[in-house]
Amino acid sequence: MSVQSPISSVNDFVVRFANVNGSGSASANELFARSILRHGVPVSPRNIFPSNIQGLPTWYEVRVTEEGHLGARGGVDMMVAMNPQTWDKDVASIEPGGYLFYDSTKPMPTSKFREDITVIGVPLTAITNSTYTDPRQRQLFKNIIYLGALCALLDLDPKLVEQLIGEQYKGKEKLLSSNVHALHLGRDWALQNLKCPTGLRVKKSDKVGDRIFIEGNSAAALGAVYGGATVCAWYPITPSSSVAEAFTSHCKKYRHDPETGKAKYAIVQGEDELASIGIVIGASWNGARAFTATSGPGISLMTEFIGLSYFAEIPAVIMNIQRAGPSTGMPTRTQQCDVIACAYASHGDTKHVLLFPEDPAEAFEFAAAAFDLAERLQTTIFLMLDLDIGMNHRLCRPLKWDDARQYDRGKVMTAEMLEEGRDFGRYLDVDGDGIPYRTYPGTHPTKGSYFTRGTSRDRYARYSEEGAVYADNMQRLVRKFETAQDMVPRPLQANAAKPTKCGVIYFGSTSPAMDEAIGILESRGHQLDRMRIRAFPFHSSVASFIADHDFVYVVEQNRDAQLRQLIVNENGIDPVRLVPILHYDGTPITARFIANSIGDHQDHLKVTPLRKAVT
Amino acid sequence: MTYIAKPKFHHPGLKKNELGYTHRDYEGKISTLCAGCGHDSITASIIEACYELSIEPHRVAKISGIGCSSKTPDYFLGNSHGFNSVHGRMPSVLTGANLANRDLIYLGVSGDGDSASIGFGQFAHSIRRAVNMTYIVENNGVYGLTKGQFSATADRGSKSKKGVTNTDNAIDLVAIALQLGATFVARSFSGDKTQLVPLIAAAIRHKGASFIDVISPCIAFNNHAGSTKSFDYVREHNDAVNRLDVLVGREPISVDYAPGTVQVVEQHDGTRLALRKLDADYDPHDRLGAQTFLQKHAAKGQIVTGLLYVDPDAEDLHTHLDTVETPLNTMDEQALCPGSAVLDKINASLR
Ligand SMILES: Cc1ncc(C[n+]2csc(CCOP(=O)(O)OP(=O)(O)O)c2C)c(N)n1
Ligand code: SF4
Repeated sequence: MSVQSPISSVNDFVVRFANVNGSGSASANELFARSILRHGVPVSPRNIFPSNIQGLPTWYEVRVTEEGHLGARGGVDMMVAMNPQTWDKDVASIEPGGYLFYDSTKPMPTSKFREDITVIGVPLTAITNSTYTDPRQRQLFKNIIYLGALCALLDLDPKLVEQLIGEQYKGKEKLLSSNVHALHLGRDWALQNLKCPTGLRVKKSDKVGDRIFIEGNSAAALGAVYGGATVCAWYPITPSSSVAEAFTSHCKKYRHDPETGKAKYAIVQGEDELASIGIVIGASWNGARAFTATSGPGISLMTEFIGLSYFAEIPAVIMNIQRAGPSTGMPTRTQQCDVIACAYASHGDTKHVLLFPEDPAEAFEFAAAAFDLAERLQTTIFLMLDLDIGMNHRLCRPLKWDDARQYDRGKVMTAEMLEEGRDFGRYLDVDGDGIPYRTYPGTHPTKGSYFTRGTSRDRYARYSEEGAVYADNMQRLVRKFETAQDMVPRPLQANAAKPTKCGVIYFGSTSPAMDEAIGILESRGHQLDRMRIRAFPFHSSVASFIADHDFVYVVEQNRDAQLRQLIVNENGIDPVRLVPILHYDGTPITARFIANSIGDHQDHLKVTPLRKAVT
Repeated sequence: MTYIAKPKFHHPGLKKNELGYTHRDYEGKISTLCAGCGHDSITASIIEACYELSIEPHRVAKISGIGCSSKTPDYFLGNSHGFNSVHGRMPSVLTGANLANRDLIYLGVSGDGDSASIGFGQFAHSIRRAVNMTYIVENNGVYGLTKGQFSATADRGSKSKKGVTNTDNAIDLVAIALQLGATFVARSFSGDKTQLVPLIAAAIRHKGASFIDVISPCIAFNNHAGSTKSFDYVREHNDAVNRLDVLVGREPISVDYAPGTVQVVEQHDGTRLALRKLDADYDPHDRLGAQTFLQKHAAKGQIVTGLLYVDPDAEDLHTHLDTVETPLNTMDEQALCPGSAVLDKINASLR
């Protein structure tokens, strides 16, 4: 009956599950994503969830992508519509020729369907109710039953799914067998009653390789464990809470003294963000590696202390898992919208180091590096994740650690050094790099103690409101920030296949969508050199890259082009050279969006040449 | 605040404590507070207590917020690290510092504005977390540094220097500390060194959250008729529940007590507190009793001073978190990093 021929695709499609929060579907949906991975086919799943606990709609989207495109694609090829509340919207979001999977226990009027899609009805409630009597079981197993039906419809190997269920319920035989039973109920019904498989199919491949599947928040927390963090103070806020929760569980596994069983870490759930950052600053002042994890509103509360960290030069690591603002904004939606807030957090002239990991693997590396940087530079380091990386499983290269690596504890004067008679002035620029020496409390009976304060002081930490003394200190802080440029991860650059005068700058979680968009743009004849910025302060190559191109697109996930602002501000660049490409509806940026926005712009330029930059 | 260091000259005849330190070794910079400020007397008592306990000055970390009171750590223990943090946030900074190195002595100094207003939450939470510290509030009922506004400890009906009457109820930090589970709670008066010095000494020896509220008149903004935190008012309304000396395991530092009227409280570390009971039925081990006692006397307009409550078997935050004895800040990659072999296993579990 469909005028549109059904979509036919192997290992390249998007399935979206529409569920109700609290229905227990999350684990079944994740099992679906993992099953495809076990076929050797890369997947990129995304949770789209409301900021409440029960009853509201939630979606889980799995992009199946043999090509390995890990950004969101946009569009849905198969909708598993389990939520009557969102039915109309869900049905409307299916691509022409796509598939609609629904619970056909209750007949639906034809007006509720679309002409151009294939409708697949499975009487899930009927099957569930005839098998289970317990209401909770009915709810949970319904999810496994639809998973079973999908196995048949998408041609998944049931053995691989069973194997995963086996791993999940290791040692819990009863749960294992009942889940496997439910899986087969769904699969058998589909095989007997439907045309299986559909046009969408999964075929075994070898494209996953040795990559791992992990959430950014968990990877960042592991980075903190490997990076030697011993104190974590935090306050719950979505989407950052799982950083502290993961840090807790990693520490429980890897950080107990084998002899005494005692903890080699301290985790405090603060009463608020003020306390959390205060604890971090107190601990770091006293020579421990400490961090907090938060999101936008938490950053707002921490800014007074961040100023103290900057001015009194106390290390601190803040992991900011960004969500959509301003204010409470959309707490469960993603954005890259705290760039300016973090770069210049606090009153007065302040500047902070920001790190922008692109995926969990980099979140791990940068988290570990953040502690070295914080101690080396004696200042706050922000690890800028966002919900898209932080709370979604992402396929990434395995985490790596060099056992020869030693922590860089920065410039710390020991009792021995003081004994030798080394001149200790807490704010003396001994090496000309703007970084002074510090001492830990309790170091020496008569030497090296000083008073830490947020008020102005001279090079020997003596309180002073002399203008020249203050300016001297502020200039040294600028020198220190310049030093930081060469210590933070450098931007990565890749040239287009053909020489071009157009460039694109992007950062963080935009990375996979950008990689894919480049391919799309090339296929449409647009050549772009690209640069992925990985840290602020910007390396000198950022300015060179911009200078080498007539104009550069800056792709970001916020309304006000915050990275662009920062580049313009810090590098004195003519804003005309930087074209903003902005996506900020709270969903992750897609390759389609980038390619279309840049493509349109490029096409437009062919008609109206770009006004030459004023130099 | 000042950076005028006191002259280093030590008179050879100066009395020395067990460690061979003189009083001068416990002093800091010259105070720039108003001459006669109660806070300076508290500074003197802290110096005295540390001298008497033979503490190594550099093993103390002194942490404060912002305010005249919070400036005082600069004026004692010149050889220890000080931290003048941000307004009201001393408790969290101290908590973090304590977590990093459990081996130092943590002295938190705060004002009533600092602790009862902007930092009320942090005060409460550091106490309920049982951070091992001595938390001293130098309580003058006003904001000294910002020139005389009422603080949250100002009594209802009391008058400011400008003649304004306070219509808000007062927060009694001692009552709150008791309610929150502080294991050492005391109140004293800056002008009563005999009472204050042993209280500070005992608080330092106590393992757990020790809280001392010290009424400390601000002579610039709160020492006039109508103020309930003035020298005269406090002298007239003071009711001491007990007198106390600290006997460190080895030798009594002071034996200024009469046999028969003394109650000895043995603490966890072997330190004994000798309490001279003025009220025959006052029991400093009874938290509930202390709360009632306090309220009864407050209703009569009396300021109860002395050691109100002590739990000699107190635990601290490190006990609750079950942390290793080795200070966390001394641990290196060997102790902290699980290594690449473990990471390989983690990777394998994520496929
Ligand atoms: C965030 C912030 N708000 C306000 C101030 C201004 N301020 C400095 S000290 C102070 C009050 C100090 O009062 P208190 O703690 O009672 O100490 P005192 O000066 O009376 O000893 C205030 C409000 C500040 N430093 N920081
Ligand atoms: S203003 Fe008051 S509190 Fe401040 S120093 Fe002077 S007397 Fe002390």
